[in-house]
Amino acid sequence: MPVLARVIEGLGIPTVTVTMMPDVAQKLRLSRVVGVEFPFGYSFGMPGDEAMQLTVARAAVQALAEAGAPGYRLDVALQWPVPTEVAYKEWQPTEPSPIVAMLLRARQPQPPPSS
Amino acid sequence: MTVDSWKFLPRMMRTTFESMPAIDEPPVWAPLSKPIHRCRIALMSSAGVFLKDSQEPFDLERERNEPTWGDPSFRVIPSDVRQEQVACAHLHLSNAGALEDVNVVFPVRAFRQLEAEGAIGSLAGEHYSFMGYQERSLNDWRTKQGPELAARLKEHAVDVLLLAPA
Repeated sequence: MPVLARVIEGLGIPTVTVTMMPDVAQKLRLSRVVGVEFPFGYSFGMPGDEAMQLTVARAAVQALAEAGAPGYRLDVALQWPVPTEVAYKEWQPTEPSPIVAMLLRARQPQPPPSS
Repeated sequence: MTVDSWKFLPRMMRTTFESMPAIDEPPVWAPLSKPIHRCRIALMSSAGVFLKDSQEPFDLERERNEPTWGDPSFRVIPSDVRQEQVACAHLHLSNAGALEDVNVVFPVRAFRQLEAEGAIGSLAGEHYSFMGYQERSLNDWRTKQGPELAARLKEHAVDVLLLAPA
């Protein structure tokens, strides 16, 4: 998705990116970055938590208002209200994605050649 | 508070992202053409959301057969989307958040409030849903969907795009 931000901004439309990995967004030299320390799949916060979602949305608007040059970053000061180990497991799919499954298969020791 | 970018990242992927060098390209920058309280904003997410009664899901079958490929197309999500219309097609996330409350990835409720407060000019009538797992070169997004989307945003008089990688 960072590539879309760069293409669209390059075509003249300002962008702001709300991301769980602001360090990576900065390496990809995005224009305006808002960092959230949330699990993947929950960019604006907990389901049903309107106050949390509004806080993140306000941060995005603040970034748009304040940023005067590329490389701007604003981190949202909100902690995820679920223990980290639980949240770490919960956001992930129940089955490994096809690419992960392929990589795991490649790591398995191969049986010795039959003679 | 400084956000820990690696807190929820699968541990096997941390070294890859942490050691990734910054890209060797200049930053991109488009200034706002007007103050934010007069801007029209559209939203974009890569959580794989689609409307189950009227749109095709992202092509997960091809991804299962070709694990290095991801569907590059996008779906248009209206501002008045209802929760019961929402489905997700994304093999790299649990999808539980968006299926319970689409506002965790398309925060239309929060932006309507910001519009009512006058903090933004308006929320666009449509938003854009992608599935974030993509083939590594990202050529389709670079040369096809990115320019198509920029043209569509201009057609709808959108001043600013908010992206939320899932």
